Amino acid sequence: MKKTLLKHSMLSFVSAFLLMGTASAAEYKIDTKGAHAFINFKIQHLGYSWLTGRFNDFEGTFSYDSEKPNDSKVMVEINTASIDSNHAERDKHLRSDDFLEVDKFAKAKFVSTKITDKGNGKLEVVGDLTLHGVTKSITIDAKKIGEGKDPWGGYRAGFSGKTTLGLKDFGIPERLGPASTEVHMSLHIEGIRQ
Amino acid sequence: MLKNTESSYGTLSKALHWLVALVVFTMFAVGFWMVELDYYSDWYKTAPHYHKSVGLLLSLVVIFRLFWRMINKRPEPLATHSRLEIFAAHVAHLLLYLALFAIFISGYLISTADGRGIEVFNWFTIPSAGEFIEQQEDIAGSLHKWLAYGLIALVSVHALAAIKHHFIDRDNTLKRML
Repeated sequence: MKKTLLKHSMLSFVSAFLLMGTASAAEYKIDTKGAHAFINFKIQHLGYSWLTGRFNDFEGTFSYDSEKPNDSKVMVEINTASIDSNHAERDKHLRSDDFLEVDKFAKAKFVSTKITDKGNGKLEVVGDLTLHGVTKSITIDAKKIGEGKDPWGGYRAGFSGKTTLGLKDFGIPERLGPASTEVHMSLHIEGIRQ
Repeated sequence: MLKNTESSYGTLSKALHWLVALVVFTMFAVGFWMVELDYYSDWYKTAPHYHKSVGLLLSLVVIFRLFWRMINKRPEPLATHSRLEIFAAHVAHLLLYLALFAIFISGYLISTADGRGIEVFNWFTIPSAGEFIEQQEDIAGSLHKWLAYGLIALVSVHALAAIKHHFIDRDNTLKRML
């Protein structure tokens, strides 16, 4: 009797631990289906204004636990042909050999390699970005926006991040003049816990 | 004589033929050149604007040309032409018209893919018919380019045939279009 009780309590301890383990590695799927995620960019036009646009088609996952933010991971894959700057002729040009060469490089990919908690909900996300066939380590200054239950029985967590990419670093010719050599990325993701 | 006869083309048919020929060559050259222009070139905005304006007006000219061809006598093939030559010439003419219209339509579909109309010389605007397929601008753009190369190839065959008739067969084929 005693033995079985002990066994039982040990089992429940183990299973509770296992459950904790799965909880700490909560996996999230980025909610691109409901479009609660955005990959926006802006680049200077002639040095006089900002031109903004976005990538409409992408998917990704992340794992996050507020107790262990340094164990977080994120992976995003972007369909480069989905670039949208609200002008068909310009988008056609951006997809062409002059810029993204989407025929050759249909996907861009970001995979985190190291995520560091900076306190106050701030995170430094270092990872490899593959864009235009070039893979480079980039750093995203990210911030947790919030997490919690959604009204429909799910659980969500959201982040935003910023980073700057040099066109030349990714082998994209600087055709747009001296003020337009870098593109500023503004990322907003919301994940649904799986 | 404005109208065609059984043996020759009339002035209007000739004028339309050579006008279309001249504009098509110019448009091809401009199109070839303008897509490679530097962003800071003076022509970066104006060349595509003129290319689109002229292209749309040319489509009206070609529609009128077809209309004129329909309501007019068609000069008979020369007696010296073989059946194969007559058949090949008809096929080439048909393909020339088809290629022209395919180029007009694909060009229109590039610029109007996002709902924007096309301004013809800031004179009037042809409205967009909307986006029919995803990434319409890319697909239409690729078609526009390859059809243009195809048209120039066809035109070369057409011109070589005319030259052959003039210099080798020494018949009236080319002369009656002059």
